[in-house]
Amino acid sequence: MSRDTRAVTFLGLPTAPRGVGHLRGAEPFPVAARRALADTQLRRNLGKATRTIRAKRAAVVGELPDWEELRDAGQAIKSETMAHLDRYLEQLEASVTARGGVVHWARDATEANRIVVDLVRATGAAEAVKVKSIVTDEIGLNDALAAAGITAHETDLAELIVQLGHDRPSHILVPAIHRNRAEIRDIFLREMADVDPGLTDSPAALTEAARMYLRRRFLSAKVGISGANFAIAETGTLCVVESEGNGRMCLTLPDTLITVMGIEKILPGWEDLGVFMQLLPRSSTGERMNPYTSMWTGVTPGDGPQQFHLVLLDNGRTAALADQTGRQALHCIRCSACLNVCPVYERVGGHAYGSVYPGPIGAVLSPLLTGVEDNASLPYASSLCGACYDACPVKIDIPSLLVHLRARHVDEVADTRRVPSPEAVTMAAAAWVMASPARYEAGQRVGRLGRLLGRGGRIRRLPPPLSAWTAARDAPEPPAQTFRQWWRAEHGDTR
Amino acid sequence: MRIALFVTCLADTLFPDAGRATVRLLERLGHQVEFPAAQTCCGQMHVNTGYLHDALPLVRHYAEVFKDCEAIVVPSGSCTGSIRHQHAMVARRYGDEALARRAEAVAARTYELSELLVDVLGVEDVGAYYPHRVTYHPTCHSLRLLRVGDRPLRLLRNVAGIDLVELPDADTCCGFGGTFAVKNADTSTAMLADKMRSVLDTQAEVCTAGDSSCLMHIGGGLTRLRAGTRTVHLAQILASAPEGAR
Amino acid sequence: MTPRDEMLGRIRTALAGDPPGSGAPGSGAPGSGASPPAGTPAPAYRTRGDLDSPALLDLLAGRLIDYRSQVRRTAPAQLLDTVRAALAERGARRVVLPPGLDLPGLGQPRPGQASTLDGVELITDGGLSAQELDQADGVITRAAVAIAETGTIVLDAGPGQGRRALSLIPDYHLCLIDAAQVVALVPEAMARLHPDRPLTWISGPSATSDIELDRVEGVHGPRTLEVILISP
Repeated sequence: MSRDTRAVTFLGLPTAPRGVGHLRGAEPFPVAARRALADTQLRRNLGKATRTIRAKRAAVVGELPDWEELRDAGQAIKSETMAHLDRYLEQLEASVTARGGVVHWARDATEANRIVVDLVRATGAAEAVKVKSIVTDEIGLNDALAAAGITAHETDLAELIVQLGHDRPSHILVPAIHRNRAEIRDIFLREMADVDPGLTDSPAALTEAARMYLRRRFLSAKVGISGANFAIAETGTLCVVESEGNGRMCLTLPDTLITVMGIEKILPGWEDLGVFMQLLPRSSTGERMNPYTSMWTGVTPGDGPQQFHLVLLDNGRTAALADQTGRQALHCIRCSACLNVCPVYERVGGHAYGSVYPGPIGAVLSPLLTGVEDNASLPYASSLCGACYDACPVKIDIPSLLVHLRARHVDEVADTRRVPSPEAVTMAAAAWVMASPARYEAGQRVGRLGRLLGRGGRIRRLPPPLSAWTAARDAPEPPAQTFRQWWRAEHGDTR
Repeated sequence: MRIALFVTCLADTLFPDAGRATVRLLERLGHQVEFPAAQTCCGQMHVNTGYLHDALPLVRHYAEVFKDCEAIVVPSGSCTGSIRHQHAMVARRYGDEALARRAEAVAARTYELSELLVDVLGVEDVGAYYPHRVTYHPTCHSLRLLRVGDRPLRLLRNVAGIDLVELPDADTCCGFGGTFAVKNADTSTAMLADKMRSVLDTQAEVCTAGDSSCLMHIGGGLTRLRAGTRTVHLAQILASAPEGAR
Repeated sequence: MTPRDEMLGRIRTALAGDPPGSGAPGSGAPGSGASPPAGTPAPAYRTRGDLDSPALLDLLAGRLIDYRSQVRRTAPAQLLDTVRAALAERGARRVVLPPGLDLPGLGQPRPGQASTLDGVELITDGGLSAQELDQADGVITRAAVAIAETGTIVLDAGPGQGRRALSLIPDYHLCLIDAAQVVALVPEAMARLHPDRPLTWISGPSATSDIELDRVEGVHGPRTLEVILISP
């Protein structure tokens, strides 16, 4: 037996590099969460939005008699994909190339950004239109483009709100979920040059303002940049799922299309996509089907972009793949159902997670991509209530992954510290006590000293670290008689 | 039937009433309860905080103490969940396949209280009398790890005199989560505030659940607010009987 | 080492510790083609619907309406009249047609040609610019397949559908669906579609829920989607 589990979890594979992109927060989760919890407007916005979408999802999932079978199929397809990821990527490369696309391989965020910047520069364009893409947020592509003098226009309404508000996305599906209509109106009035100063805060009016603002940009765009929801190894088909039509604009009208895709987004065969086209919309927007889905294979003469580039991104994904338990986080299809059912996310919002991947899946995916120590507080940002696992369309066992990553963190701290942390000492001592009935009972006697702190059966103040408990809750006063003392008195000693 | 009680370290030390009620209830139903005195703790807190290596001796100890028991009852959904879903995993993580097998065998005979009553003993009406307005919090691990479903509610609906009221947003976590309540105390408190709001909205005098840990959390919040609603373990309600019925 | 070789090498390193034979049970070798290899068990999820044609059309119509599409039902002989009525109600003056759109009674105009129908100018696409498409009041297309359960129409750029921009830029999309094109389930549609073609799946007019999750129909894609279901 070995305490060291790293032999099977790390394998020396590089994690996502520091200093580029948005996978790491500036402060630990509890600190960021405390500030978010104090924002009453945020609490109200999030509560309303997540409640709405939870109800929608439940209704459309309930319509399908084979929902559980679809989830099983989704899980099986993703497991198969990960188990042979190298072969599927080579197959995808061959299929895309055969249809006139160009495939690029990016080991990390820096390399992906450089590839995209070079591709845009080669077209001579100084602007690009972008479909909502979390992976390009992950690698900080907009910053890299800006540094190269290229303006990236976000075209998804929520991403536009975030971009114009000089803000960060806070949700996978609805990046501006933390903003309400009045805040959005203020952002538009401030940032959109030609907007009607009489703009109201009705969602329809705000949407119309965004339509007007972006239309000219769409019709004149030379370069489109997208992510991908799925890519089919067998056929070379790319798939983008959206609602507004901004995706279709970006994928259809420019002459050059650059798609950045994490290597885990691949599916083996065409029919596999049919499973995910049922799982994703119902889990994500709570619709039977999203308004628009685009599927394209390489280049089609006379229809859409005539230059197509596919950038395959690692950025820590192979390190996640090397963790046999953690690997299933790569099954994620970014539907955000786990965010919407998470009681932690609902109260603190996405920014507290520090990464572009918030919520329960972010709390496992971000540490897997960056290495646990760079996001050490995230695996603890959950009460392990399990709502995320039930909602996940590909059955990622997020609670078990959280526990697994907590264990990785504890092991790594133990390996790097010369002196164990106070928590580790406490845990080891507790385990030592609990492993022996005699020590355990002696411990109970010591614990009963807590009666000295109690008044009326309640303890109102405990010393640190348990003071965090009694800051808002009473603690129970230890009773005069433990259960086992009572049992012994009633039944005599057994065993 | 001979039933071994795993009372849990929390109930043993801080909430003995829940253990006593479990014994009283099962004996009233005609079963023999034994209490293996060597029992200590299931190790859930260690596992869920990431100290899996420290939990290993506790996993071994549980499997040893209860190895010969025909049925084991636990008045806690989360401890049952840990025994059933984590013990073998911990053993395998450290390469002890033999222990993993033993842990699985014992876990298969380990039941949360409402599971034991409904599935093993086949009882839904335990003959209880409890003339109070009560709301039931299902607790996350009973609900989603054990899938006890409506078993506790079926038991409660058969209690004479009870005024059972539905808890709004019942399936939302109360914010306890073990060391989560300390490591992320602010978020935990925010979750607790919403849970208490739901509980108070029912105007129940009693909030019940099948887990002393969640009740400790909800109850700790309610008494701090002098809210006038108390927390009582499910076993205590089911063990209550009309005067003289014993 | 190229980035490609290094990434593939990393993946092989990551997978090297897997027990042999891991991966999904029954999964075929990569590249085994669109149909599953022999011996693969049939999926446990539904792959075929059990509704007859009238029920299927009713379901499709209901689901389309539910997501704010407008729906007209017509018989093949009345198709042109129904189109005429739809355009009149819409008040469209300039409407784009894809090459190969065969409207019985209208003939088949060549790309770049214009004709008129009740005073509505019909322009057959011969490479209209995005700006020109933006000037049109609407577009009429056919579709490749429609999925009843989800209220989805799928365009595959085939005859009568045209390139993708046609059904995207004009603000009004009138789509003609034959009863024989309607399937019940997504997997049935997948079996009929060919991935070599650019595919656009459309379920209602463009929409957003980005502001407080309030659904607003009509963003960048056509703000009005009207479907004519044709059955004898």
